[in-house]
Amino acid sequence: MPKKFVAEFVVVENRALNATNFLIKVKAPTLLPEIKPGQFVNVEIHEATDIFLRRPFSVFEVDYEDNTLSMIVKILGKGSGKLTEIKVGSKLSLVYPLGKSFTYPDKDDKILLVGGGSGVAPMLFLAKESGLPISQVDLILGARTSQDHVNVEDYAKYASLHYASEDGSLGEKGFVTQHSVFTTNLKNYTKIYACGPDGMMRAVAKHAKDAEVYCEVSLENLMACGFGVCLCCIEPTKNGNQCVCTDGPVFNINELKW
Amino acid sequence: MVDLKVKVHNLEFKNPITLASGTCGFAREMTDFFDPSLVGGFFLKGTTLKNRDGNAYPRMAETPSGMLNAVGLQNKGIDYFIENIYPEIIDYDTQLIINVNGSTVEDYIALTEKVNELDKIQGIELNISCPNVKEGGMAFGVSCPSAEMVTREVRKVYDKTLIVKLSPNVTSITDIAQAVEGQGADAVSLVNTFLGMAIEAETRKPKLSTITGGLSGPAIKPIALRMVWQVANAVKIPVIGMGGIMNAADAIEFMLAGASVVQVGTAVFKDPLVALQIIDGVKEYLERHNMNSVEELIGSLQL
Ligand SMILES: Cc1cc2nc3c(=O)[nH]c(=O)nc-3n(C[C@H](O)[C@H](O)[C@H](O)COP(=O)(O)OP(=O)(O)OC[C@H]3O[C@@H](n4cnc5c(N)ncnc54)[C@H](O)[C@@H]3O)c2cc1C
Ligand SMILES: Cc1cc2nc3c(=O)[nH]c(=O)nc-3n(C[C@H](O)[C@H](O)[C@H](O)COP(=O)(O)O)c2cc1C
Ligand code: FES
Repeated sequence: MPKKFVAEFVVVENRALNATNFLIKVKAPTLLPEIKPGQFVNVEIHEATDIFLRRPFSVFEVDYEDNTLSMIVKILGKGSGKLTEIKVGSKLSLVYPLGKSFTYPDKDDKILLVGGGSGVAPMLFLAKESGLPISQVDLILGARTSQDHVNVEDYAKYASLHYASEDGSLGEKGFVTQHSVFTTNLKNYTKIYACGPDGMMRAVAKHAKDAEVYCEVSLENLMACGFGVCLCCIEPTKNGNQCVCTDGPVFNINELKW
Repeated sequence: MVDLKVKVHNLEFKNPITLASGTCGFAREMTDFFDPSLVGGFFLKGTTLKNRDGNAYPRMAETPSGMLNAVGLQNKGIDYFIENIYPEIIDYDTQLIINVNGSTVEDYIALTEKVNELDKIQGIELNISCPNVKEGGMAFGVSCPSAEMVTREVRKVYDKTLIVKLSPNVTSITDIAQAVEGQGADAVSLVNTFLGMAIEAETRKPKLSTITGGLSGPAIKPIALRMVWQVANAVKIPVIGMGGIMNAADAIEFMLAGASVVQVGTAVFKDPLVALQIIDGVKEYLERHNMNSVEELIGSLQL
C-alpha cells in the first residue's frame, strides 16, 4: 500500500491574508491520509512556465471531513508568486504527505511556538493539534511590520498570542528573540518549537540551548524531489548528512551542527 | 497483447522503462509510491567502496527546463548496502542494478568483487562519468585509454552483465563507446549529466557549493538523443538511453534512436509515478502502430 501519493487537487479557496501571504485550500480527489504539523506537500505550479521543479509548502490545516488541506503561501519568487494567483476551481498537483512532524508535547508540557514569515503555518497547526489548554501554549509571531503579520486572532482559543515586529508597529519592537517571552524566564517552558527564516531559527536555537530547553526547528532547505532520493536537501547533523525532506524537516536542535 | 520484454545481454527486463541512478534511491524509497514490480528495473544510487558524505550544501540549482546537481555520490558504502539495504530489496520482482563508482581502478575492482557475491544483482552499471567528484569519476570516462583500462580490469573480475555509463562531456562519445565495447562491456548506458554552472547575479556567487555541477532534465534531451543515436549506430552491444525523458513520447524517441531500455531520471522528482505512465504510453503506442513487441520499436527510426 502506498504511503505517499501524487494527485490532482482542486483549489477551493485562495484568500489574501495580507499583501504577501495567501491561504490556499485544496480538495483531495481521494481520502486524505493522516497529516501532522511539520509535514509538507510538494506542489507543481503549471502556471509558472519558467520554473521546472515543484515547490514545497507546509500543511497549515487539514479537514478530514471536507477532505481538504490548506497552506499559507508567501510570495518569494517565481513559483510562489504564480501560485498565489491561482483561481478557485483550478487543478493543483501535490505530492503528499512528506517529511516528519514535530514531536507532540506531553500533557504536562508548557510550550512556546515561534513563527516567522512563512513559518507561521506549521506553528498554528501545532498550536491547534497540541491538545493543551491555552495556559500551557504561548505562540509568538515575528515580522518586519504590522503589515507583514498574518491575522491569527482565531487562534486565541488555542494559544496565548504574542507579537514582535522590527518597527514596533505590532507587539513588542525587535526580533522575536528580543521579546519578553525570551528575555524573561525561558526556562518556564519545557518545549520550544520554531519555524521561520534561518536566522530566526538559529537565534531561537541559541536561546533554547542557553536555557537548556528542549527545542525543535523546521528547516527549509532547497529541495528537488522532496521524498529522499535526490540527496540535494541535506543538512549536516551529528549523525552525518541527513535529508531535510525525509529525516526532517523537523530536527531537534541538539542533532544539528548549529 | 504487446510484448514489452527486452533483453540486454543476460538481463531480462519485463518492460523497457527503468529508473536512473541517483533519482530513485535504493528502490525502496519508491515503494512508498508504487509496487516496484511494475517497472523494468532500478539503477540504484551510485555506490562506493567506503562511506562518502558528498559535497557541501547547496547541491542543487534549478535551471531552465532542468537542474544542476552536485551531490557528489553521497552514500554509506557497499558494506552498509549489503548489510542494511540489500536484504530489504532482495524480493523485489524487478531488475536491480548497482551503479559502481571509484576514485581508483582498485576501488572499482574491490567494489565489483563484493557486488559479484549478491545473487539478486545480475548486472552493474560502471559509472565512469560522474562530474561531481574530485578524483576518479568522470576522469575515467573522458579519455579512451582510461575508459578502456577500467572496463578491462573490471571485466576480469565480473561475469555478469557489465554496463558502462558514458559521459557526454567528450568530443566523441562514439569513440569512448567503441573503446569500452572493445574491452568487453556488455552494454553502454548514456548519458550522464552535462557539466554546467549557475550564478546568482545579485550576490555574485555560484549557486552550487562546487561551482560547477551536472545538468539534467529536458534541457539536455536533444543532445542526449543525438548521442544515443550515434552510439547505437557505432556499437553492436545494446544501448540504454537516458537524458531528459519526461513522458512516453520521449521514451519512444530514445527507443526509435536505438535504445533497448530507457532510464527515467530527473522526471521522477517532478512526478514519482512518471515511469508507470510511460509504460502505459509505450504500450498504447505499440498497439496503435501494430507492433507486437518492443523489439520491433528499438532502432526502427525511418530515414
Ligand atoms: C519543508 C518546507 C516547507 C515550506 N513551507 C512553506 C510554507 O508553508 N509557506 C511558504 O510560503 N513557504 C514555505 N517554504 C518555502 C517555499 O518552498 C519557497 O518559498 C518556495 O520554494 C520559493 O519558490 P519560488 O519559485 O517562489 O522562488 P524562486 O524564484 O525559486 O526563488 C526566489 C528566491 O528564494 C530562494 N528560495 C527558494 N526556495 C527557498 C527555500 N526553500 N528556502 C529558502 N529560500 C528559498 C531562492 O534561492 C531565491 O533567492 C517551505 C520550504 C520547505 C523546504
Ligand atoms: C540528483 C542526481 C543524482 C544523480 N546521481 C547519479 C549517480 O549516483 N550515478 C550515476 O551514474 N548517475 C547519477 N545521476 C545521473 C542520472 O542517472 C542521469 O544519467 C542524468 O540525470 C540524465 O538523465 P535525466 O535527464 O533523465 O535526469 C544523477 C542525476 C541527478 C539529477
Ligand atoms: S529533496 Fe530530494 S532528497 Fe530531499
